[in-house]
Amino acid sequence: MMKNKADEEDYWNSSKFKAFTFDDEDDEFSRLKESKRAVNSIRPLVDEDDDEEEVEKVSWSGEPVGSKTPLLFNTYCAVIGWRDYVSDWSPEETVQRMQQGKAVSLEKFRSLQDKLLLLDYAVSAHDGNVITAPLWDLFVFPEVLFRELTDRQTALRHFIHYLTESKDQRLLLELLRYLPLSTPGLPLLQYKEHLGIADENKRRDFLKSCLSLPFSPEDSVHVEDHYTLLERQIIIEATDGHAERGGKQEIFQKFPRKASILNMPLITTLYYCCFYHYTESEGTYSSPLNIRQTFKLSEKQFFVTALAARAKLKAWPDVDALFTSRNWLGFTRKKSPLSFQRVVDVLHKNSAPTQVLQDYVALVDDAELRITLAQKHKCHDIVINTYRDLKDRQQLLGYRAKMARGSAEERKINELLNNSQIRWKN
Amino acid sequence: MAAHLSYGRVNLNILREAARKELREFLDKCAGSKAIVWDEYLTGPFGLIAQYSLLKEHEVEKMFTLKSGRLPSADVKNIIFFVRPRLELMDIIAENVFSEDKMHSPRDFHILFVPRRSMLCEQRLKEQGVLASFINIDEYILDLIPYDGDLLSMEYESAFRECYLENDQTSLYHTAKGLMTLQALYGTIPQIYGKGECARHVANMMLRMKREFAGSQNQILPVFDTLLLLDRNVDLLTPLATQLTYEGLIDEIYGITNGYVKLPPEKFAQKKQGEASKDLPTEPKKLQLNSAEELYAEIRDKNFNAVGAALSKKAKIISAAFEERHNAKTVGEIKQFVSQLPHMQAARSSLANHTSIAELIKDITTSEAFFDNLTVEQEFMTGVDTDKVNTYIEDCVAQKDPLIKILRLVSMQSVCNNGLKQKVLDYYKREILQTYGYEHILTLNNLEKAGLLKLQSSSRNNYPTIRKTLKLWMEDANEQNPNDISYVYSGYAPLSVRLTQVLARPGWRSIEEVLKMLPGPHFEERQQLPAGLHKKRQQGENRTTLVFFLGGVSYAEIAALRFLSQMEDSGMEYIIATTKLLNGTTWIKSLMDRPESQSS
Repeated sequence: MMKNKADEEDYWNSSKFKAFTFDDEDDEFSRLKESKRAVNSIRPLVDEDDDEEEVEKVSWSGEPVGSKTPLLFNTYCAVIGWRDYVSDWSPEETVQRMQQGKAVSLEKFRSLQDKLLLLDYAVSAHDGNVITAPLWDLFVFPEVLFRELTDRQTALRHFIHYLTESKDQRLLLELLRYLPLSTPGLPLLQYKEHLGIADENKRRDFLKSCLSLPFSPEDSVHVEDHYTLLERQIIIEATDGHAERGGKQEIFQKFPRKASILNMPLITTLYYCCFYHYTESEGTYSSPLNIRQTFKLSEKQFFVTALAARAKLKAWPDVDALFTSRNWLGFTRKKSPLSFQRVVDVLHKNSAPTQVLQDYVALVDDAELRITLAQKHKCHDIVINTYRDLKDRQQLLGYRAKMARGSAEERKINELLNNSQIRWKN
Repeated sequence: MAAHLSYGRVNLNILREAARKELREFLDKCAGSKAIVWDEYLTGPFGLIAQYSLLKEHEVEKMFTLKSGRLPSADVKNIIFFVRPRLELMDIIAENVFSEDKMHSPRDFHILFVPRRSMLCEQRLKEQGVLASFINIDEYILDLIPYDGDLLSMEYESAFRECYLENDQTSLYHTAKGLMTLQALYGTIPQIYGKGECARHVANMMLRMKREFAGSQNQILPVFDTLLLLDRNVDLLTPLATQLTYEGLIDEIYGITNGYVKLPPEKFAQKKQGEASKDLPTEPKKLQLNSAEELYAEIRDKNFNAVGAALSKKAKIISAAFEERHNAKTVGEIKQFVSQLPHMQAARSSLANHTSIAELIKDITTSEAFFDNLTVEQEFMTGVDTDKVNTYIEDCVAQKDPLIKILRLVSMQSVCNNGLKQKVLDYYKREILQTYGYEHILTLNNLEKAGLLKLQSSSRNNYPTIRKTLKLWMEDANEQNPNDISYVYSGYAPLSVRLTQVLARPGWRSIEEVLKMLPGPHFEERQQLPAGLHKKRQQGENRTTLVFFLGGVSYAEIAALRFLSQMEDSGMEYIIATTKLLNGTTWIKSLMDRPESQSS
């Protein structure tokens, strides 16, 4: 409190609050409080306040009716104007009156201590409306207020809430700057401000400035990723916008971009890059492989996103290649970090044709699940083959009834049923 | 109009009447013709207090919605703004007033703040230079609004968020005020029980307020025997689970606001015989849902699986009643039949509506997605595999299901495991941020602050103990003819309602250990009654408890309490009050930062 004393005195003395005494000795202060309390205790006997004169009527809410007398603006001014005569309320009484919606003058609380005392009483009343009022009054000198608020977390929250609600960005940022970095939740509060910045370059710069804030280790990784992502999106957006307008790249002509990639989530960005930049080498910002590396995406996430994007483009060879792994003998087999049921699901959602679907339905291990999927997607061959493998003649008979007369499927079932080599279980 | 409010154990119409009286008094203060400019948020709650007819009787000729720019022209003497005390609304009002001045019109301005005036708002109006334009600045204390014969809500949407994230206890102050109002009308409540920090605060404030009004003794014979204050954070689990009662599902799927639901219109198209259905209605069908509708009162709290049977039984009764006309032979009998027609027709249309709603819901509850989701919820609630990454959640993220659904599930897993392991929590967080956007760090942080997501501390998982002691999972829940509250979630008995049930019998002393595991203090207070107001209880007369949920309550919990009231041997009737009627989705949404920015 001492460091800026000169400035502060300057301020307080030049303001209208002339009677301010900043360096009240503690004991002097408490003595003052005592005498004030003594005076206040006799106040009700000599109450001069107009709206108290009414006969006490109790409304349905159990409150004296007088407390809800409409407050004409003129009365309001008058009460404030009379502060030296009338409103000599103690902080406690003032808070009570504020809660009852009665007129009060906060200007009486001139010294910082008085103001803070009032604030503390207000906080103990749990009433936001009342807490913020003295705060607002304290705001004549931010530095002092900000410092005092550090020790008053509740009041601080209320004030931040007030500034957010009143959309006072400037004061809010100023407040945030004044608070010690150790204030709980402060880094995130500052980070949150990016949501209000529409211009992408400014937003990126703001995010960059957040990187030095003392986030928790996990959060700090996320914030950094957020910044890196937006930085990339700006570059990709510029390059692709240019390419699209240039009309040289076929893909943008065939599939015009529907929306800007800016501020989209990471997975959406990856999808976009798998759609437009699939074959790029790992060196470019828009290469899916590069994104996977930079953001340490899990194999599963990368896989499902690439699958959806390539399926959307009906690039079936690409889809196929995703699953292909060669073993040391050179045979290829299909492997997936995702269950084949989910693979079929993704492909189906991207309207893959039956010929494509059946390759993957066939890879579902569980026979029953395979049949369900095959029936759903009309992969008749798989259904028939599975029943054959299960030696289930009854099911096969049942399935034949569902096939069109004279269809290839019907013929195939007939051949199987007539095959004397098969030992049917039923 | 609101007769259903007076059918219950406690006549809540008294509260409504008191609120109407206040409103009339204010309107009469502004003599002459008037127009009301509404803060749109308030029209719903006000609709439960007063219809337009009341306003009209007091010379309200026009109503507008508050928006910036110039006020619509209206030839009235008074313009009254009905607003919540919010700064941004003050700016709009200021704009309205300014543009009005330019036209030199002689209209008088008034403001009615709901539920309370705010110095900050008045200061804002002063800054904007319009405060002097107002003749009346008043407040309308609408804390507790009667929603049904046994249900009161403050509809204070942000109460939970404010208490647990912003450390702002204003809502508790309003709650205490509301409870004082209630006591002024229904007598001092002699016994107060509570569990949780917020409950403690509210009880303290009530006791303090009582001391402050010590001068005037309340001479009303107490209607309530007990008040139970429960913090929402004592039971974070229940609202996360999908409600399986009829009303609960309507709320989960379509959302009930201020007693109304908006439904897709297709199923409600009026098809006349022989007429091809030409134009399907495009406006959503809006229905009011409360106990004034006989059929709804009967089925709202049933498990959805029992609704079909109830509807078909009702259908038989109604068609039998219509068949009666063939038996009506004499003029007297026909007259009798005709006199019953309006009632029967109302019953028939009510039946038609609910059959349509049940069909809509059934389409969803029989879907694979619903089933899968429910299966995972039930696994979590029974403690199966709550300590590892759940593949279903993972798949939902990969499919970009709505973020709120994901957050509900992950929170549920965390609550049922008393926190998640670092590895699991980090994995979920990363998946969510990468898929839905990094800005949701803020939301995840909020959920952590609220205790919905947390890191498992070294202490052991105490959820299984709580589950077993309080019998939160009942294997053989009977959905058709329930014998336990667990029917509302088809197996899970809501913790909050179990606490209420145990308090009534055998008392909380029997569960001290579990109470200590749940957050916040539990306590009991007594309020002295003036001599002569002590109730002389009749043999077998039920006691009445007001259960106040601080931070919100779900319809399934309400159903469970109604079930307890109806149980023959419970000896207790419950009236329910809350800061907000909620479900898992609206609740999580209230805890999000910028929920509108979520990808769908």
